[in-house]
Amino acid sequence: MKMQTKRCVTPPLVVLLCVLALGSYVFAGGTSSRKAPAKDSSGTPVVHITDTDAMRVQGEQRFRANCGRCHAAPQKFPPRMMGTILRHMRVRATITDADMRMILFYMTQ
Amino acid sequence: MGFFLLYLEPKTASARRQGTVLCGVATLCFLFLIATRSTAQNPDPEKPVPILSGSAGAFSFVAGGHNLIDTQINPVLLVPLGDRWLVEARAEFEGEFQRPPGGGPYGGPVNKHVDYAQVDYIASPYVTITAGRFLTPFGIFNERLYPVWIRALQPDPLILPIATAPSDGAMLRGGFPVNAKANLNYALYVSATSTDIDSVDSERHVGGRVGFFFPGPRVEVGGSWQKTLQDSRKNAFGFHMGWQPAKAPLNLRAEGVHSFAGSGYWIEGAYRLSQARFWQKAMRRTELVARAQQFFNGQLTPEAAEDFELPGANTREADFGVNYFLRDGLKGVASYGRQFSSVGNFNQWTFGIAYRFLIPLGRVGAQ
Repeated sequence: MKMQTKRCVTPPLVVLLCVLALGSYVFAGGTSSRKAPAKDSSGTPVVHITDTDAMRVQGEQRFRANCGRCHAAPQKFPPRMMGTILRHMRVRATITDADMRMILFYMTQ
Repeated sequence: MGFFLLYLEPKTASARRQGTVLCGVATLCFLFLIATRSTAQNPDPEKPVPILSGSAGAFSFVAGGHNLIDTQINPVLLVPLGDRWLVEARAEFEGEFQRPPGGGPYGGPVNKHVDYAQVDYIASPYVTITAGRFLTPFGIFNERLYPVWIRALQPDPLILPIATAPSDGAMLRGGFPVNAKANLNYALYVSATSTDIDSVDSERHVGGRVGFFFPGPRVEVGGSWQKTLQDSRKNAFGFHMGWQPAKAPLNLRAEGVHSFAGSGYWIEGAYRLSQARFWQKAMRRTELVARAQQFFNGQLTPEAAEDFELPGANTREADFGVNYFLRDGLKGVASYGRQFSSVGNFNQWTFGIAYRFLIPLGRVGAQ
């Protein structure tokens, strides 16, 4: 009986999720063809702050605001480790792309 | 991916249990091989390196006069692939040792399971697609505060078992700014998770979570929802909030839930004594914690509730604790709590140590 329910209900939801994912992917890609912020090779916006000190301050603020929601401030790690940690935290804590880049800049200075 | 094979055919309980562990270990070994292989061919000094991280802890829980020694290690493997992919997995090995009722040496089970083993694809700045076994995004404790090195108090909140069993399926999630003052984060998922290791029954869910984070005042609020896609098609609703005021080393968090299995809430405050003007070296490493929580019985019988790891009766609990951060990732913990319910009141003491480790699986160069 449960198997029947599974056949009836799950596929439309999976299809719906796939459509949403595809839609958002197309949407995100579509915006790059308009007058949108410049994007790097991974399709994410490049933050236009030229002043390194300002970026560091921004990065520290975003680090304290985002990371401090869950845990105490960790020590800094080498850039290759921070890249992995922040990719993980981007997914786990749903950190925004801009915040992730600023925090990565701050944590690797 | 090995754990998917688990559900292909009915097995006996022991065979399935053994299969779960083997599949979990196989998955971790597979990921480890990918990690070391990708590192060996990766000379770029900026490219993310695979990491073996996780937490370990040893605790003594004394509840109602009964001592439970809990030792655990929770390795987390992170394998970045290219610019957009991340493969991540966490396993839990937990020993729970008690003296038998008649006296004698400590003994007990060692539980082993894979909490999550997922593949993440960062499709755009707004969407990440996740597939595999993942932590159910219901509230904030399960996904973000569960590791022993992060949580402020070691005893679980009473409502933690509600809608937080691992999910096997697919998820969309992400976070993006909606304006200069607010970020929106969301997660949507479908899952078909095995509910009983002794059978092939599964429970299918759809659900999601949405939250707003205001970076200025450092306030986060959000809600969660989960619907069971079978039988009585039950719903569960959750609410969460967090506040870290910029001017005080205070961390306030709260969660609430309403479901067929029960309802309840917890609210917790953690205050770091870094502003104390005496014994500053020790005070800035010290954190005081307090938590109040309440659970209201749902439609489950007391026996079913206990199977679900929920209290069998309406329950209130207050906990107070102190954490001492010895160094980054290492802290000593102690707490006292008292639980009140119609079944009986009792004290709950906790002592222990929690540690977070982080090991690069490859060359990382100079910091």
